[in-house]
Amino acid sequence: MASQQQDAGTGAYLIRGAAILGGAPEDLLIRDGIIAERGQDLSADGATVIEAAGLVALPGMVDIHTHLREPGREDAETVETGTRAAALGGYTAVHAMANSTPVADTAGVVEQVLTLGRTAGWVDVRPVGAVTVGLAGEQLAELGAMADSRARVRVFSDDGICVHDPVLMRRALEYVKAFDGVVAQHAQEPRLTAGAQMNEGEVSAVLGLTGWPAVAEESIIARDVLLAQHVGSRLHVCHVSTAGSVEIIRWAKSRGVNVTAEVTPHHLWLTDELARSYDPVYKVNPPLRTDADVQALRAALADGTIDVVGTDHAPHPSEHKECEWAQAAMGMTGLETALSVVQHTMIETGLMGWADFARVTSTAPAAIGRLTDQGRPLDAGEPANVTLVDPAARWTVDPSKMATMGRNSPFAGRELPGKVVAMFFKGHPTVLDGKLNTPYRWLPEQAQLPGTAAAGH
Amino acid sequence: MKHLLSTEDLSLSNAVRILDTAEEMAAVGEREVKKLPTLRGRTVVNLFFEDSTRTRISFEAAAKRLSADVINFSAKGSSVSKGESLKDTAQTLSAMGADAVVIRHWASGAPHRLAATDWIDAAVINAGDGTHEHPTQALLDAFTMRRHWSKLAGTPSAGADLTGMRVAIAGDVLHSRVARSNVWLLRTLGAEVTLVAPPTLLPIGVEKWPCSVSYDLDATLARGVDAMMMLRVQGERMNASFFPTTREYSRRWGFDDNRLRALDTLGFKDTIIMHPGPMNRGLEISSAAADSPRSTVLAQVRNGVSIRMAALYLLLSGDTREPAVRTNSTSSPSAHATKESH
Amino acid sequence: MVLNQADIDRALTRIAHEILESNKGSQDLALLGIPRRGYPLAVRLAAKIAAADPTVDPAAIVGQLDVTMFRDDLSHQAMRPPYPTQLPRTGIDNKVVVLIDDVLYSGRTIRAALDAIIDLGRPRIVRLAVLIDRGHRELPIRADHVGKNLPTSSAEKVRVRLEETDSVDGAPVNEVVIEATA
Ligand SMILES: [Zn+2]
Repeated sequence: MASQQQDAGTGAYLIRGAAILGGAPEDLLIRDGIIAERGQDLSADGATVIEAAGLVALPGMVDIHTHLREPGREDAETVETGTRAAALGGYTAVHAMANSTPVADTAGVVEQVLTLGRTAGWVDVRPVGAVTVGLAGEQLAELGAMADSRARVRVFSDDGICVHDPVLMRRALEYVKAFDGVVAQHAQEPRLTAGAQMNEGEVSAVLGLTGWPAVAEESIIARDVLLAQHVGSRLHVCHVSTAGSVEIIRWAKSRGVNVTAEVTPHHLWLTDELARSYDPVYKVNPPLRTDADVQALRAALADGTIDVVGTDHAPHPSEHKECEWAQAAMGMTGLETALSVVQHTMIETGLMGWADFARVTSTAPAAIGRLTDQGRPLDAGEPANVTLVDPAARWTVDPSKMATMGRNSPFAGRELPGKVVAMFFKGHPTVLDGKLNTPYRWLPEQAQLPGTAAAGH
Repeated sequence: MKHLLSTEDLSLSNAVRILDTAEEMAAVGEREVKKLPTLRGRTVVNLFFEDSTRTRISFEAAAKRLSADVINFSAKGSSVSKGESLKDTAQTLSAMGADAVVIRHWASGAPHRLAATDWIDAAVINAGDGTHEHPTQALLDAFTMRRHWSKLAGTPSAGADLTGMRVAIAGDVLHSRVARSNVWLLRTLGAEVTLVAPPTLLPIGVEKWPCSVSYDLDATLARGVDAMMMLRVQGERMNASFFPTTREYSRRWGFDDNRLRALDTLGFKDTIIMHPGPMNRGLEISSAAADSPRSTVLAQVRNGVSIRMAALYLLLSGDTREPAVRTNSTSSPSAHATKESH
Repeated sequence: MVLNQADIDRALTRIAHEILESNKGSQDLALLGIPRRGYPLAVRLAAKIAAADPTVDPAAIVGQLDVTMFRDDLSHQAMRPPYPTQLPRTGIDNKVVVLIDDVLYSGRTIRAALDAIIDLGRPRIVRLAVLIDRGHRELPIRADHVGKNLPTSSAEKVRVRLEETDSVDGAPVNEVVIEATA
């Protein structure tokens, strides 16, 4: 586990004896940003050796759903702090949601976010473009300009707000076909959720908190999969939270609709019973649901109905949570706990193995975002984006010790399994011994250049 | 009992203890000298984030009869509405040495936040939070019912519960903290509760509550009711399509003159009519019903002071680090703690 | 055991006669027992007074005075409802009120009782009768009638058990004992 400095000069690293995707121990030699060799008993030959017996090697995780808050809410999070959290959590790429201030609805803003990400250098920051101008749900943003920009935007979302106008949603789905984009929908019928505070059901009835009914999510998903089928486009459903949504997506996939779906770590574990404390750390949108929903989401992630885990990492300043429930902001941090929560809920329950984990946290989200150098197999010649995990480690969540500025972790105080030991981003060790090392330094001209192949052009 | 936040988690013994204490407080209220020195030197803050003159003066009268110092903090129109948080307000009150905070808040759960955080170390009494609970209202309702029920049975009310009493609660259950607190408390006290409301004004999940649900007020009355409680209905609910018109509402779910007469023709001479106030006369209750000898509306107001005195006394006296010291010599069920200093 | 059933009865008989003597008869007498055990003692005393003077209706001169709400040490007391206060049918205004309690110790209960009486009316005279005076006064208060003076250490506890309020193993009991505190 301890990194052993043999020759700091070469920039080569030998990961010795890691279980790749949980399989038999093998060595990985990383050099010049790629995996140079994979096999048994590789020669160190001047490389820094990382003893990885007992560790699992995974393709760097890709988050399809992150709120980095910058520009505009640097009191909540910055690209620098959010991407440090991402690296420590096992990620090599994050999709930065568009609900910043200003909204990421122009080529200028998405390029600014891209540059901030490259300057930070901890992970690849992929800006998400807004679907509508100012997230107002009235007029399409310049989707094409964002797609053609240096940020090469492929994922478009008004996340936080639902594109509820059916005509606008239809047009967005149709329009993004021109550059192989995808519309990521935050499915929430606004009229059915006016003033909503938590899942509508037994618990909300007792607590006197306005209900957020499952049907408000399911009705939008049902409409959207039918629209996606009708116009032959690609739909991504953000943070699926109900058993009914799972059924609709399963039905749509069986009909050949080009839909992908995401679940958050917190929806895989926590339920609305936690609202009984009135502690707003459990307030999130979509809300925590029932245990029956949790079980349906786990089954759907295991059988592929749900394609990816997305954190919906949503840091908030403490004053937005240290207040009445109804006054509190919705959202939870997630980047630094996602791996552990998925290990706890999916792997330790026997529902999935580490290869499935790699699919739902790396391969599939990279594919949705059309990232060509992420979510790749850990084979010779592939980009060296690697996560090394100690699955036997146990740790207790302490939000005050996290890299994110947000203290709003619903897992605070819980003991979780699995700890990120080392991270390689483009062959560079961003994390070693479970601690931040140094960021990857883009060449000045690279920081100005697109990092992905321009698919669809 | 450190706080009084809800009736949902109030045990039978604590509920009866509050009701019994309120009986003694009521006796004090009938004396020439109505004031007791019990809470001399203690500070009670009425922290109201929502206007409610009746509830505030009831708590104020209760605290003053126990000789507590009372600070009224109306958070409406103060710095709070200008962005000062509940946390800052609580810490300010803590610095002022509040021993008890009586909080009324438009947000469900606000009293729980005060009690659960380290913002303030005072006893918290929920004086109504959002659409969640209003425990002292339910306690004063139960007190009113218990006196009536005991009188009918010819037994003393002290120590008694409400076993066998049939209570119907009609109106806007969905938005009513009074209904919620009553359902839990009446269940604990052994009464049989029926909620009567249009389906739009019942919460999803009500079928899990420890009560029956009916959409038909006349059928409920015909089955027999010992206490009929009408809830306040806001006419504005009409605009959100909870019901078509106020006229249709009062015809189907209001306690009108016909239903008042029906109590007589059905032979329910002892049925009382309750309302937590303020009443919308002509909407959920007719004037004839509100002013009839069956009405307990004014008794409820009177009993409110006794209940609030009891709550303040029980929360502010006594070592909150229970358990209570018990006599080892007694087996009497009414045994209380020993007096340590004779 | 400090007093047994017969000792208690003898002490109460003596106190009853002392009360009649100092009052020069049963004129205007009102007995107020302090819960819990002062009240049954007051009932017993009233019966003895009535035995000595058949013109007295014992039920009419006995009352119960709860002092909980007048105590100065509530924050150390466990939470309990107050006992009912019931004045004698004859009232207390212009009466000779005899306060009755089982044990006189710090004097704080009696201080509270005096405050409580003042809020209820205006007796002509207030006297104090106790079964046991164990010393250790913290206030300038003394009893007019004492069943037994019992020098104790403050580390000890004096237990008065009366059949109206107490039982041991289900059997009624009348006794006074001293226990060492744990
Ligand atoms: Zn969202």
